[in-house]
Amino acid sequence: MTLLIGSITIGLILALLALGIFISFRIFNFPDITAEGSFTFGAAITASLIVAGANPAVATLLAFAGGLLAGSTTGLIHTRFKINPLLSGILVMTALYSVNLYVMGKSNVPLLSRNTLFTWFEKFSNIISGKDATVNLIGWSVPARDLWTLIFCLLITVAFSLLLLWFFRTNIGTAMRATGDNDQMIRALGVNTKGMIISGVALSNGFIALAGSMLAQFQGFADVQMGIGMLVWGLASVIIGEALISDNKLGLVIAGAVIGAVLFRLLVAIALRWGMNPNNLKLITAAFVFLALVLPGFMKQTKKIKLPG
Amino acid sequence: MLEISNLYKSFNTGTINEVNALQDVSLSVGDGSFVCVLGTNGSGKSTLLNAIAGTFISDAGTIILNGRNITRLPEHKRACQIGRVFQNPFSGTAPGMSISENLALAAKRGKKRGLGWGLPVSVVRDLKSRVKALNMGLEERMNTQIGKLSGGQRQALTLLMASWLKPDLLLLDEHTAALDPTTAGKVIEMTKQIVTDYKLTTLMVTHSMQQAVNLGNRIIMMHQGKIKYDFSGEEKNKMKVPDLLSLFDELRRKDQIDAGEALLLSAKHV
Repeated sequence: MTLLIGSITIGLILALLALGIFISFRIFNFPDITAEGSFTFGAAITASLIVAGANPAVATLLAFAGGLLAGSTTGLIHTRFKINPLLSGILVMTALYSVNLYVMGKSNVPLLSRNTLFTWFEKFSNIISGKDATVNLIGWSVPARDLWTLIFCLLITVAFSLLLLWFFRTNIGTAMRATGDNDQMIRALGVNTKGMIISGVALSNGFIALAGSMLAQFQGFADVQMGIGMLVWGLASVIIGEALISDNKLGLVIAGAVIGAVLFRLLVAIALRWGMNPNNLKLITAAFVFLALVLPGFMKQTKKIKLPG
Repeated sequence: MLEISNLYKSFNTGTINEVNALQDVSLSVGDGSFVCVLGTNGSGKSTLLNAIAGTFISDAGTIILNGRNITRLPEHKRACQIGRVFQNPFSGTAPGMSISENLALAAKRGKKRGLGWGLPVSVVRDLKSRVKALNMGLEERMNTQIGKLSGGQRQALTLLMASWLKPDLLLLDEHTAALDPTTAGKVIEMTKQIVTDYKLTTLMVTHSMQQAVNLGNRIIMMHQGKIKYDFSGEEKNKMKVPDLLSLFDELRRKDQIDAGEALLLSAKHV
């Protein structure tokens, strides 16, 4: 049960990553690999600031700002210098590797016995439920601390999802969605599409860096390698969400990405629990995303062939 | 009032594929005029519309629209004055968004877009009543994704969107060319009505002589990047399809003679 709660918590943290990938990949159709750098960037910023004694909330928000910066760099390289989206992302991702090492000063920054958002949640739990209290959850005894952590992560993720939903329903957010949908049309309606792409990719990476920052605080360290594979991870979450929801209402799609992220994390936890070699994780994730991208088209094709007969 | 003077635009300059799409084009269009632009393929008529809309920046010349020099402005900064309908019915609407959302985007053409709610109830009501006026039954499907509609429906909506804020200039780029004849007829009727109702200054590129004869109060005919003929007033009203066709033939013949002469000359002198 503790494992389950831990997995859901991580899933909720990575839901922020999924939302970021949803913005770049689904709204803008921009396969933005900056994610791998900005995820670590967020973790690095937060870890270094916390080690330097900063307030964890400030450190987390600055990670978000760092993500915005990384994303706008990618957006700027793509729109201003007309470099292919994928390549723009690769350039920034590669550059961020050095930046992250510079920010952290070494390849791994431990946060044990430091004040993080999660020690705050723990303190809160100690005050509300008492120290080392356990809660009886459908027959299992669960540490109250873990449960409160889960609830706080849920609140944070839901708050950011609602914020995103609200933003995409405003005039500027609607214009941003239209930019990804039909840029020619929205330019003719007076929207600076380059500006929209830059701010959209920035927003996407802000969410991703926020996920990195939260994950570093949850697991108690930031590592320069922790961003590897995060784009595909986010894609897997978004795709699972779409399969579950199969509706294009914005609110449902966003909810789908969050649920997809949690579900994917659970699937991974179960697979690892069943004895899957962790080394295979990225291979299987990649294969999963490949299948998810190919299968719908493949199924349509087979249907088409059958129709005339 | 649209004032174009000595406009030039070349593509692929300096290569073997160089195209001089616009060569010294000057055109003055008075307020409320409805101009049909005719021309052979590659004559520069779409290029002219794109130059005005700002799809690219012209090489030389000036474009002044209602006293504002827009020659060097990027496309999105011209949009507050210009409404556009494209040839491709898929170009003018965002397929993944609903009819309401598309219209609401158009209702803010060229205006500042802030953090205000994109689809307030009062706006939706207004959108609905205007869509109802199209008589296509779309008012009951305001939340349908536009991508699920037919080309004709999409083009009608694009026309509505382009004219929503009564632009200083309406640009129609063969907007019925991709539609079946019946739908094209409906869209043309709608065009006529909107342009007359709102008294819009309009430039319409078309391949249909019939449309050019029936619509508007002025015809210009382009060929090889230049305006060759310009008819307005009585002269335009007297124009019939055969007259236009014979003008086309004349232009083509001149072309062939030119090419033939060039061959003769090169044979003799080179």
